[in-house]
Amino acid sequence: MSEALKVEDLSVHYDTREGALQALRDVSITVPEGGIVGVVGESGCGKSTLINALLQLLPENATIPAGRITLQGEDVTRAGTRRLRQMRGQEISVVFQDPMTSLNPVLSIGRQMRDIQYRQQGSRAAKDSRSAAMLGRVGIPDPVGKLAAYPHELSGGMRQRVAIAMAALMRPRVLIADEPTTALDATLEVQIIELLKELQQEIGCAILFISHHLGVIAELCDRVVVMYAGVAVEEGPVADVFLRPGHPYTIKLIECDPGKLKEKVTDLPSIPGSLPDLTDPPAGCIFRPRCDRATEICATPPPRKGLNGAHWAACHHAKVDKA
Amino acid sequence: MSAFRHTLMGRLLADPLAVFAMAIIALLVVSALLADVIAPHDPSAMNLADRFASPSATYWMGTDNLGRDTFSRLLQGGRIALYVALTAVSIAGLIGLILGMLAGFGPRWLDNALLFFFDTLRAYPTIILALALAALMPRGLGTVIIVVVITSFAEYGRVVRTQTLSLKNAEFILAERAMGASFARIVFHHILPNVLGPFFILAAMNLPVVITIEAGMSFLGIGVPPGTPSWGATLKDGFDYIRTTPWILLSGGLPLILATLGFTFLGEALRDQLDPRLRKTR
Amino acid sequence: MTALLSLRDVVVEFPALRGLKALLAPPEKRRVRALDGISLDVLAGETLAVVGESGSGKTTLARAINGLVPLAGGQVSFDGMALDESPDWHAVRRRVAMMFQDPVGSLSPRKTVRDLVLEPFAIHGIRLQNRRDKAVELLADAGLGPDFLHRYPHQLSGGQARRVGVARALALTPALVLADEPTAGLDVSVQGEILNLMNRIKAEHGLTTLIITHNLNILRHIADRIAVMYLGRIVEIGPVERLLSDPAHPYTRALMAANPEPDPTARRERIVLKGETPALNARPPGCEFHPRCPVARPDCASRAPVLEPATTGGRVACHYPLTKETLSA
Repeated sequence: MSEALKVEDLSVHYDTREGALQALRDVSITVPEGGIVGVVGESGCGKSTLINALLQLLPENATIPAGRITLQGEDVTRAGTRRLRQMRGQEISVVFQDPMTSLNPVLSIGRQMRDIQYRQQGSRAAKDSRSAAMLGRVGIPDPVGKLAAYPHELSGGMRQRVAIAMAALMRPRVLIADEPTTALDATLEVQIIELLKELQQEIGCAILFISHHLGVIAELCDRVVVMYAGVAVEEGPVADVFLRPGHPYTIKLIECDPGKLKEKVTDLPSIPGSLPDLTDPPAGCIFRPRCDRATEICATPPPRKGLNGAHWAACHHAKVDKA
Repeated sequence: MSAFRHTLMGRLLADPLAVFAMAIIALLVVSALLADVIAPHDPSAMNLADRFASPSATYWMGTDNLGRDTFSRLLQGGRIALYVALTAVSIAGLIGLILGMLAGFGPRWLDNALLFFFDTLRAYPTIILALALAALMPRGLGTVIIVVVITSFAEYGRVVRTQTLSLKNAEFILAERAMGASFARIVFHHILPNVLGPFFILAAMNLPVVITIEAGMSFLGIGVPPGTPSWGATLKDGFDYIRTTPWILLSGGLPLILATLGFTFLGEALRDQLDPRLRKTR
Repeated sequence: MTALLSLRDVVVEFPALRGLKALLAPPEKRRVRALDGISLDVLAGETLAVVGESGSGKTTLARAINGLVPLAGGQVSFDGMALDESPDWHAVRRRVAMMFQDPVGSLSPRKTVRDLVLEPFAIHGIRLQNRRDKAVELLADAGLGPDFLHRYPHQLSGGQARRVGVARALALTPALVLADEPTAGLDVSVQGEILNLMNRIKAEHGLTTLIITHNLNILRHIADRIAVMYLGRIVEIGPVERLLSDPAHPYTRALMAANPEPDPTARRERIVLKGETPALNARPPGCEFHPRCPVARPDCASRAPVLEPATTGGRVACHYPLTKETLSA
């Protein structure tokens, strides 16, 4: 299988008053054609930096000291502005967390969807009918009528469907979903997950699904990358990572999800301590200060230990999976 | 509050633009305060023998039509300019601050009423209003200050109201209400500190405008009484004799330019340092 | 046990239209009902969790209890005292503490942590022997060291800010705590800490708590009873274990099932609800849930159900409540 999107040893630093903030360190992620890869992590893990880097929309004070991002074999870090504009929205598109801020409030839905097709030949009517077909596909009632509607006239769930329709309109090769269900209610969340699954089947695009919600990742993705403080600490098929996690952070994170506990407990698990200062990260393993298994060897950089097939964890103490 | 000021001052000192602005302002303030000490001549002393003197070692910026030393007059005029500007901006700002917070946090009808009042005042052209008021009132600094206050407080009111309105439904204000905090406590302890930032910026940017208004009114002959040293009066004299002795006008404009630059730059630097969106985040 | 807080037929309305439109519209269209006849009791010492999705009115409920939004009808009584006809809110709010959703945003941004935790004393004019010691004590109780005293809210993480919120909610030893989404904006790894803290403090101080949440995962660990809200009404209320295992209302069941679990093998059957919660000004006739209900029958569209005792325990507002048999079917 060829790769739709490949991130290789990517590091991103921000210049701050306190020095270089190492927001991403040697992150590698591979999204195969037609695959769904999840990135899971809590606040401060570098999710937004990763997305901005993929789209080459990093703020001015960011630098990329190392690494490559290739979209279908093309290095986006070297692509010119014109080529980048061509890619965004056409070959790689994004569904953001909050559709209220990602849709333009003063333009009608139809106008915004027509604008995405600006490179396409064809009449205005043809473009509108294509937009309406896509709106209908994502489950919006009266799609033709909705072309004239403005974002604020729709409910939150409908807005997110519109945002998905726009992202899928040009049949991109890679769709990035940035916490697309976080702002939605639980009953809508499952609707959107189902929709993304169906669309992925139809369009055949690859999805990079970014979320802090373990349950959603488990439900939707084939593979998952676990990130902590700008470092990918574990990666593997969803079933392997969730059922036989190798990195202490992953293990803790899964334990912490109160949905796992079917009986009432008085002492809910948590991860004590706080994120390291990324302007001066600890030597060796990034999780060492909060890890209860840490030993002296953890002050040296941890290797990526293969656990079972394509499942690895960046931990000195990870045990090879015998199952 | 001391920690906040400390960090703000620290940030300002790290900004070259702010340092430049503060140096100019310090120069103006010190020269105004020490005008009597620094001035090489009595600013009112006429020396008809030296009328229209060119700049020289005796008269650094030359003399005017009555032989008065322009440099000494500008130093004295700086007192008036800064006095008018600081007094008028403080009074207008205080009125605007209180009315703006009342409009933003008070009941809806009060907001509508105050907004109507602000917009009516702001709709009047400043100069026409100044002329009308000047015609009704005796000539003097008091009149200049009143004109400036009346024409400018509505602007502060507007800005403060908008700021207050955006805070009104913030969760921390709701949290204060839920704890039983009184109206006054919420306004003075929780809203005030958060509207002061944009307010100070506006005030700093308005100071040079006020100095220009004072100069303009004195230039039009409705400001300070004749004979009083003022930047505007010097400009007016300079304008009358521009064909023969241009340096009166040139040196009369210099402190005005310096004050405008100083306060505007300070305002810009303050805005950059106080606006959380312009401050560095990670 | 006696009810510390009781609500009877509480109605809260919001203006739906403003200005000229409001004058021209028929009276019934000028306002929408955010809460429509809520009756419930919170017993002394218990934790009642109110769950529901956006638009269900759960946040409005908390705000109506301590007077942040006015009642359009019904009655709230707290500790035997009726909270209507302009009660002394200052005195009531001293005994009813509230925690807001946004851990950082609910702290005044230009105040230090020290001032923030001492704020309740300042508001209620209570003199303290040693202000610093009191602040340190309150912070310690919430699990924060004295090094936090001089920090500002933006220098705190979500979990730390939430602890400050807990510390000041408890400062005046209230009888009732209203917690609106205590886990909102917190990472999973921090949620546990905060809930443990709240559970511990609740036990130590004998607090009664009303928790508003959409986080179904935490219910089992924090609540004694659950009330499920839909469109400003309670559709089911009962003991937590019962609601989680045998929900009687189809909405409760859908809500409990619509909760993706971090277990890839648990890809179970679920009811995916059709459509979305209707707008408050477009309430469906009959049972308001019927257009989305997977087991609705024709008469659900015409008859409105009332909250009645359910066979599985608790009370439910449904003509055809689910039973153990229908659940397994």
